[in-house]
Amino acid sequence: MMNLPWLFRSRAASAPVARERLQILLAHERGLRGQPDLLELLRSEILAVVSRHVTLDPENVTVKMDRGDHVATLEVDIVVPNAVERWAAAV
Amino acid sequence: MAKVLVVTSGKGGVGKTTSTAALGATLAQRGEKVVVVDFDVGLRNLDLILGAERRVVFDFINVVQGVANLSQALIRDKRLEHLWLLPASQTRDKDALTEEGVSMIIAELRTKFDWIICDSPAGIERGATLAMRFADEAVIVTNPEVSSVRDSDRIIGMLDSKTVKAEQGEQVRKHLLITRFDTARAARGEMLSIDDVLEILATPLLGIIPESQDVLRASNVGSPVTLNDASSAPARAYIDATRRLMGETVPMIVPVARKGLMNRLLGRRAA
Repeated sequence: MMNLPWLFRSRAASAPVARERLQILLAHERGLRGQPDLLELLRSEILAVVSRHVTLDPENVTVKMDRGDHVATLEVDIVVPNAVERWAAAV
Repeated sequence: MAKVLVVTSGKGGVGKTTSTAALGATLAQRGEKVVVVDFDVGLRNLDLILGAERRVVFDFINVVQGVANLSQALIRDKRLEHLWLLPASQTRDKDALTEEGVSMIIAELRTKFDWIICDSPAGIERGATLAMRFADEAVIVTNPEVSSVRDSDRIIGMLDSKTVKAEQGEQVRKHLLITRFDTARAARGEMLSIDDVLEILATPLLGIIPESQDVLRASNVGSPVTLNDASSAPARAYIDATRRLMGETVPMIVPVARKGLMNRLLGRRAA
């Protein structure tokens, strides 16, 4: 009998965890629904603004969003061709 | 007036095709003229579940493309005179399905049948969006499990925005069908409860289908579970669900676990 402790183990119910995770997730996802893809929108508008002044390869613009518990950070990564730096130095 | 009903879920493997066959067969048994339409182009299975796989000659896309007319493609069930199947194409690309084609076929089916039940493929791509596009009502098939509930929520959002009804400012009437409900696991608190799922999805409940060997047994022999063994637990649950779909008031029975001998001896409690 000593080898059968699992018979008496009472596992904590996992369903309440599932319910809570779903409620948080769906509240978030429902908020996003119906809106155009926010990141794609940011990417295209940032690209448009920067392109007014610098010639850019649209492929070299990445926009990333990290969601933390309290704040979200937006990371914009734009590769600027070297020719631009020379141009800027000359001005 | 004909009703277009989509059976949908987002997630695969939750029981859409089983439910389409069972609901369709029960409606037909109750005198309604029913056609079940397989929208899963390339991966059709409704023919197999209905035991009609060897009788498919023409399919949905043949009709769209004018190769065959509708009456040539429709297959009448061998057991139920009011039940018909419109099979999906097994060979064509899913892009062969167009909104105009689907619209035309649904309009023609509306003149011939009381119920047009569209068995949606999994996912949220073309096949799934077209299956729900012309729906008047929807059965959302959900397992009490996190990924299925999340996908159902997404599908409910699409039913409320991407259907013709929604675009006209009306609503697709939605029904939630909880399938593969495991009574023992729910009692132990290892599975989302019916109340949890209803609270999260906020959609009226059509029925609760218990997880059962009878479903696999019926699919093995190509018979809707309601015809294969009408007294089995899943069959009774599907029959009740169908009656609710037809507007009857049928009390909802939440399946309860029969406590096993071991559990009773060890005094395990429901959490």
